[in-house]
Amino acid sequence: MPLLALSSIHKRYGSNLVLNDVSLDVETGEVVAVIGRSGSGKTTLLRCINGLETVDEGSIVFDGKPLPPGGSELRELRRHIGIVFQSLNLFPHHSVERNITLGPTTTNKLPLLEARKIALDVLREVDLEDKLHAYPSQLSGGQQQRVAIARALAMRPRLMLFDEITSALDPELVGEVVKVLERLATSGMTMVLVTHEMGFARRTADTLVFMHHGRVWEKGPPRELFAAPKTPELESFVRAVLEPND
Amino acid sequence: MKYVFQFGIVWDHLPQLLAGAWLTIRLSLGAFALGFVIAMLLAFLRTAGPRPFRAGIGAYVEFIRNTPFLVQLFIIYFSLPAIGIRFEATTAALLGMSLNFSGYATEIVRSGIEAVPRSQIEAGYSLGFTRLQIFRHIIVFPALRTVYPALASQFVLLMLGSSIVAAISAEELTAITNTLQSTTFRAFEFYFVATGLYLLMAVGARLLLHAIYWAVFERARPGEWGWSR
Ligand SMILES: Nc1ncnc2c1ncn2[C@@H]1O[C@H](COP(=O)(O)OP(=O)(O)OP(=O)(O)O)[C@@H](O)[C@H]1O
Ligand SMILES: [Mg+2]
Repeated sequence: MPLLALSSIHKRYGSNLVLNDVSLDVETGEVVAVIGRSGSGKTTLLRCINGLETVDEGSIVFDGKPLPPGGSELRELRRHIGIVFQSLNLFPHHSVERNITLGPTTTNKLPLLEARKIALDVLREVDLEDKLHAYPSQLSGGQQQRVAIARALAMRPRLMLFDEITSALDPELVGEVVKVLERLATSGMTMVLVTHEMGFARRTADTLVFMHHGRVWEKGPPRELFAAPKTPELESFVRAVLEPND
Repeated sequence: MKYVFQFGIVWDHLPQLLAGAWLTIRLSLGAFALGFVIAMLLAFLRTAGPRPFRAGIGAYVEFIRNTPFLVQLFIIYFSLPAIGIRFEATTAALLGMSLNFSGYATEIVRSGIEAVPRSQIEAGYSLGFTRLQIFRHIIVFPALRTVYPALASQFVLLMLGSSIVAAISAEELTAITNTLQSTTFRAFEFYFVATGLYLLMAVGARLLLHAIYWAVFERARPGEWGWSR
C-alpha cells in the first residue's frame, strides 16, 4: 500500500483548471521530484496534499485514510506531513529553538524538555546546532531554510513536502540546503519535492514527475526521463533548464 | 482690570488635586487593561471567529467610533438605571472608558493582525495548530509590535479624554478642579495647574510606554526582524 495515493485530482480556481486529473502514488521511502514550468500546478499539488487547499474532485489517501476536510482530524494528519515553503517563513519573534519546539509542544503535546532535546537533534541533522539561540533575522536565507526543515522534522513526520525551497536563495547558498535534502533522502524519508535543481533531481529522486498544464505529463525514473523524453513538452523543458541561455 | 495671581491657594488644595490626578491615572490604567483584553478578544473573533460574530463586532466598533464619548457615558450613567442597571459614578466612568477604548483598540489590533503575512499563518496550520494556537503563538506578538505606537497614542488619548467623565462627577482631576475653582473663584490658577498635571501625566505615560516597548519588543527579541516574503 502506498503511503500517499492521489487519484484523479481536479482543482479549479474559478474557471481555471489548475490540477487536471492528477494521479500519483508515493511509496514509503520514495523520493518524488516534481518539475514543470511556472504555473503548471506544482505548488497547488503540494498544498492539496496537506489540506491547505481542498480538491474539487478525486481523492487523497494518506496511510490508507482519506484526507479529512478539516477540523481536528486534519490537524492530526498534518502532524505526519511536514512542509517547507519557498518563502522564508520562520516565526521572526521566536528563537530558532522556539521555532522548532513550538510544534512538538503545542500539537504533539510533548513536555518542553523533551521538545528541546528533539530541537537539538534536528538542528544537528541540518548542521546548525550552534544556532539554537539565534533569531531568524540573524541567519542567512540558506540557514533559515535549514531551520525550516528542522522545524518540520521535529514533528517526526512520515512524509515531507518541499516547494522549491532553494529558489528564493542566493546561488551560493543553494548547495548547503541541497546537501541537507540529499542526506534526508538517503536516511529513508519519504519526500515529494518541487525543484528546479535538475542535477539534484537526477541524483536523488526515485521518481520524476513532469507537470504540464495541471497534468502529470510524464513520470518515471529521472535518468530515463532526462535521457529520452517521450513528449516534446518535456524535451523542450529539459532543454530550457539545461541551457538557460537559449 | 488687574488680576493678582494667587497660587498659594492652589498649594493649599494640592492634596485634593493630586487625589484627582491619582483617580485619573487609575481610571486610565484600569480602562486600558479592561479595554485591551476586550479588544484582543474582539479582534481575534473579528478575524477568525464565526461569521455572525464578525458582523456583530464590526457593528460594535462602528457604534463606539461614531458616537460621542459623552453620550456613551450618559447612556451608562443615566439611561441604564431606567432599566434597573445602576452604577456609581466612578464605576460608570471606568466602564464607559473601557468600552470606548476597546472600540478603537479593536480596530488597531485588527490592522496589526492583518499585517501578518498569510504564509506565517499557513506555517502554523502545517504544524497542526488550531486558529487559537496560531493567534497565540504566531500572530499576537508581531501584530502588537506593529501597532504598538498606535495603541500607545490611543492610551494617551484615553487618559486626556478621561476629563470628560467629570460630566458625571466622577472625582477625577477635572471634576475636582471644577469644584475647587468655583468655590475659590481662582479659575486661572486651578486650570493652569491642572493643565500642568495633565501634561506631566501624558509625558510620563509616553516615556513609560516607550520604555515598555524597548523592554518587550527590542531587548527580549534581538535583531532587526521583519517578515521575509
Ligand atoms: N490562490 C489562487 N487563486 C487563483 N489562482 C491561483 C491561486 N494559486 C495559484 N493559482 C493559479 O493556479 C495556477 C498554478 O499555480 P501554482 O502556484 O500551483 O504553479 P506552480 O507550478 O507552483 O508555479 P511556479 O513554478 O511559478 O511556482 C497558476 O495559473 C496560478 O495563477
Ligand atoms: Mg510554485
